[in-house]
Amino acid sequence: MLARRTRVLPGFGLSLGFTLAYLSLIVLIPLSAVFIKTAGMTFDEFWTAVASPRVVASYKLSFGTSLLAAAINAVFGLILAWGLVRYTFPGKKLVDALIDLPFALPTAVAGISLTALYAKNGWLGQFLEPLGIKIAFGPPGILVALIFIGLPFIVRTVQPILEDLDAEFEEAAASLGANRWQTFRRVVFPTLLPALMTGFALAFARAVGEYGSVIFIAGNIPMVSEITPLMIITKLEQYDYAGATAIASVMLIASFVLLLAINGLQAWTSKRQGRTS
Amino acid sequence: MNATAARLAPHSGSASRFEANIATRDAPIVKYLVLGIGLSFFVLFLLMPLIAVFLEAFRKGWATYFAALVEPDAVSAIQLTLLAAAIAVPLNLVFGIAAAWSIAKFDFPGKQFLITLIDLPFSVSPVVAGLVYVLIFGTQGWIGPWLSENDIKVIFAVPGIVLATVFVTFPFIARELIPLMQAQGRDEEEAAITLGASGRQAFWRVTLPNIKWALLYGVILCNARAMGEFGAVSVVSGHIRGETNTMPLHVEILYNEYQFAAAFAVASLLAMLALVTLAIKTYIEWRADRDVPEEIGA
Repeated sequence: MLARRTRVLPGFGLSLGFTLAYLSLIVLIPLSAVFIKTAGMTFDEFWTAVASPRVVASYKLSFGTSLLAAAINAVFGLILAWGLVRYTFPGKKLVDALIDLPFALPTAVAGISLTALYAKNGWLGQFLEPLGIKIAFGPPGILVALIFIGLPFIVRTVQPILEDLDAEFEEAAASLGANRWQTFRRVVFPTLLPALMTGFALAFARAVGEYGSVIFIAGNIPMVSEITPLMIITKLEQYDYAGATAIASVMLIASFVLLLAINGLQAWTSKRQGRTS
Repeated sequence: MNATAARLAPHSGSASRFEANIATRDAPIVKYLVLGIGLSFFVLFLLMPLIAVFLEAFRKGWATYFAALVEPDAVSAIQLTLLAAAIAVPLNLVFGIAAAWSIAKFDFPGKQFLITLIDLPFSVSPVVAGLVYVLIFGTQGWIGPWLSENDIKVIFAVPGIVLATVFVTFPFIARELIPLMQAQGRDEEEAAITLGASGRQAFWRVTLPNIKWALLYGVILCNARAMGEFGAVSVVSGHIRGETNTMPLHVEILYNEYQFAAAFAVASLLAMLALVTLAIKTYIEWRADRDVPEEIGA
């Protein structure tokens, strides 16, 4: 029974060999350079690079704004996904197609466009500045850029789950006397939660590393609005390769942890899906 | 993991089935509130930035717009962007097919780990992606001294830009194909081989027709990212005008020189590329729905 199936299909050695070679050459060996270079530093050198006040301020800013942006997107992305799946309205196809705009629009274009909108004389900035709300050239600008790039992650992970959700569950809840809000809170939302958290993690991971859309609108003021990727660029421009690499290793470890978390969440999502549908 | 399969799965689009069912129907006030909030958010954060690109581009008139696009530095930036994409997309296409073939058609230990590794470039910051190539090919890098002895430039030159572009677009095609080919299994190819087809015939006649929409989908997303990449390319480019500037980098230089109309003119080309990408993507989703109504979603 446990006899191996004979391989009928050809090309296993070739395709896997090419895959591993290409993966190693383009991704694994280059990424290992970061850790090998970091391992060559003394602990003091490393610590000075990754724990200087300006760099620590950039971690707080990058992680803080990324969390907040992902949280805002989780709320509004869910509302948007609900609207796209549950209701008919004119222009729905267009809205649905444009949700993916941040995936397709180069980040630099998004960056200068958002800056133009939110600067003091911009379309939105001219109304907001007199109210004392300053968006561009500070942390709120970073938040706006990260909301832009993160939105499709939430909508596109929640939307398919919402579409596959069987009406039976809500029918059962309704026949047992639950009102719509109770049904949503107790029946629908728990089903969506794994997907929502996956989307949140994806948006967060993307936001932490984001560079192009942020640097134009951030203002890049030391200790106030410098994101971590910008700190790497700054070190590189000063020819401080070791310092840049040390910060990069911190970011890479954060990426690995997030990637593992995302994989776990996705496994949870598909398990949940398997059970309910 | 099955995000792709879900995306290419039938988009029923039949919200009416929810609105017709008394158990899933929301009160009109809820509907208008949800749509009001959701669509306001959409307009504010997605639609307005898109429209702003074009309005800013044409603010100083058509003459300025076209002048910005035919200026030699802009033309060379466009050429370099096209070149980088023309190398990166085919390379990652071959890789995507090879990776999906080995993962979907064969069993081997560590498969799930391999899939995770393939996704890795998505979670690495573009700036770090650029940096790794500086560490290898830069003047102080691993093989930097050897390269400069032999007068080969990688960093601050075109090869570096191509490498960085290949890195950031690495998973795009593979991750569209892997879940789809896994879901499709290997029966059809095995039948073809058993009936006497060669491996090549089985691939061209059986596999390729089955994956064509996902393949195309991956290619256009890969291409959009390849042409639009900023952070990674910015680290390895050195920003030499007319030589190592891609379109997004050219946009940055113009913007930092306060040539806003010109910056937005070049940006508008990239925005049009994004719109064309989304249009093709929507078409592919529609075609994929029509071709295989149930198979993929299962």
